[in-house]
Amino acid sequence: MTAQELPIAGDADVVRVRQAVRAAAVAAKLSLVDQTKLVTAASELARNTLTYGGGGSAVIEEVFNGLRKGVKAVFSDKGPGIADLKLALTDGYTSGSGMGLGLSGSRRLVDEFTIETATGDGTTVTVIKWAR
Amino acid sequence: MTSESFGDLIERCRAAEDELVRQWRTDVAASLRGRVSEIELDKELRDLLDAVLSAVGSPQGSDTRSPAFGEVRALLVELSRSRALQGFSPRETAIGVFALKRAVRESVGAGPEFQAFSDVIDELGLFTFETYAKAREEVISNQAEQLLELATPVVKLWHGVVALPLVGTLDSARAQVVMEKLLQTLVDTGSEYAIIDITGVPAVDTQVAQHLLKTIVAARLMGAQCIISGIRPQIAQTIVALGIEFGDIPTKATLADALMLALGRSGVDVAAEMTKRGL
Repeated sequence: MTAQELPIAGDADVVRVRQAVRAAAVAAKLSLVDQTKLVTAASELARNTLTYGGGGSAVIEEVFNGLRKGVKAVFSDKGPGIADLKLALTDGYTSGSGMGLGLSGSRRLVDEFTIETATGDGTTVTVIKWAR
Repeated sequence: MTSESFGDLIERCRAAEDELVRQWRTDVAASLRGRVSEIELDKELRDLLDAVLSAVGSPQGSDTRSPAFGEVRALLVELSRSRALQGFSPRETAIGVFALKRAVRESVGAGPEFQAFSDVIDELGLFTFETYAKAREEVISNQAEQLLELATPVVKLWHGVVALPLVGTLDSARAQVVMEKLLQTLVDTGSEYAIIDITGVPAVDTQVAQHLLKTIVAARLMGAQCIISGIRPQIAQTIVALGIEFGDIPTKATLADALMLALGRSGVDVAAEMTKRGL
């Protein structure tokens, strides 16, 4: 599967991203639990991109580590960035009206989680879930 | 500009009308592959040709927005709407108009005045396409509304127990509908227990959880107790990893378990009820 880029500009796009991630997870033969975890993380991150980053894009691709297959999803926006990353990754902290679990929870749902952000320079979150 | 720019094109078209329609119909029918009957198509095209020729022959013949083109536009709206509703592609719809150019060129011949006529047809083709897109958008938004309505039934399971089977994505718009419907049903049926079944929800993320919790808090304010059922193993593991807590809200794996719990708590004796009803 080649990399697939999807725009995130509205609620309907969040649903689309979720479906694309699910399709990629099924193709990579992730277990049902891992599929659900990855899809949920993608849902959180896509919504963050929309709500806090003012929209952006998601790139979904299949990755390999030796014989292991996995799915990588990159969410990027050109929004205000995250000023205090440590605080943002604290359970229950939110600058909006959510539960404050999206970002920190997503980190626990995937195998690899990297976040690049700078104030005023947007945010890019990369997640990978490996097939077991 | 007046009809002068079309020279005697209109007269020549009128004279060769049968041949023209035959040629036009062949082109259009080829693209529609028999999904519209010949007779129907013949009538459609004849009406359209008649209207186009009258409009083009009028003093404002080159301005498709003029009142002279009123009838043509009405016919095109009808045609493209019906094509859109029947699921024809944009190409199959627009070709109905554009093929007229070829028909005229081949059966009447392309003189210098053909360019002006061709411009008019191009305009009409674009108009058809616009109407087609509009009709399709209407279909889509209607379906979205119907889905919103369809997907939120509140069913009575027992006296005092209602269930709300959720299917699909629970976004803010649907969560609002769901909450309103549940609260109204609680009042209407005087129920004390509401079971929210999430078997059909593919992923429970923080937004879905938040909407669920808000609905449950609202129901509690009205004196009803909520039970969440249909939590599948993968959803349970995801909820734990996310760190969502449902607090003291009872949750069950299946709707049957949730019903048992509600019946038990409300002190219903099923056996006695059955005897009472003669079952």
